Amino acid sequence: MDQLSTYLAMGGYAAFVWPSYAFAALVMAGLALASRRALRHSARQLAALEAGDRGDRRARRAAPQDPSS
Amino acid sequence: MNRPPHQISRMSLHRFANPTRFLRIADAVSPWATGLAVLLLAVGLYLGLAVAPPDYQQGQTVRIMFVHVPAAWMAMACYSLMALASAIALIWKHPLADLSAKAAAPLGAGFTAIALVSGALWGQPMWGTWWVWDARLTSFLVLFFLYLGYIALWQAIDDPTRAARAAAILALVGFVNIPIIKFSVDWWNTLHQPASIVRMNGPAIDVSILVPLLVMMAAFNVYFVALLLWRIKAEIIARRVRTLALARVEPEAGA
Repeated sequence: MDQLSTYLAMGGYAAFVWPSYAFAALVMAGLALASRRALRHSARQLAALEAGDRGDRRARRAAPQDPSS
Repeated sequence: MNRPPHQISRMSLHRFANPTRFLRIADAVSPWATGLAVLLLAVGLYLGLAVAPPDYQQGQTVRIMFVHVPAAWMAMACYSLMALASAIALIWKHPLADLSAKAAAPLGAGFTAIALVSGALWGQPMWGTWWVWDARLTSFLVLFFLYLGYIALWQAIDDPTRAARAAAILALVGFVNIPIIKFSVDWWNTLHQPASIVRMNGPAIDVSILVPLLVMMAAFNVYFVALLLWRIKAEIIARRVRTLALARVEPEAGA
């Protein structure tokens, strides 16, 4: 326990070491999540459009609610 | 293999420009890149936070280097990649070049932000100040604004072809800043230390600190590649969605 708190104190520089790691982790995890989400989002849009193209255009024209709009 | 005619001619011109081919390669590489990035980040964090000894001058703050230097390195590498892709886009109209540069920009902005923030957190205990307007720090801040301007330009122009062209020109003009950042520590007096890894006489860093640093640099590199693959793929799909949506709207509007 004592060893852990000594380690976490970072020789008195805890207030500088840990925030720099935390900020890096935050930015990099955020970018990873956002990139995954963007990929899933456009893949879903494409799947919906392709399904629409294979399906009958007439049905869509009769009920013109586009899920993407 | 029933491709529309324009794609056939494009393929013969740019064999590797084919988005379908790119997607096939990306899908094969992507899981490996992601796995390797996670592994290298874990090893790098362990080495950097647990194994590396405190520096005899800087004490424990030397650990900030393990995020600061890889982030700064990647921020510059990413911009160089964007400038190269932009040049290819402008000269050869490579259909993936614009998308690659666009996909890379937010990653580069993120790395630049990490380098700036960790640099401030390192500067305060070691130099006694969060920030100085010296050549290295200022040119790095300019890099951050170049990234933001590049991203904003893509969003400001509706027509993707015109947006790509304007953004590519901005990326190329802004490339002037990269050698300025690199050599700023030699050309001007600065608080920032000069290059200590890539030197004529070999690295000026002890192995116990150099190894964790190199692992972290590799980790950031592979992380960048892994995310870039996702992002380029997302851009390709988004472009296909736009084309399909346009093809659907136009005949109906004409009818």
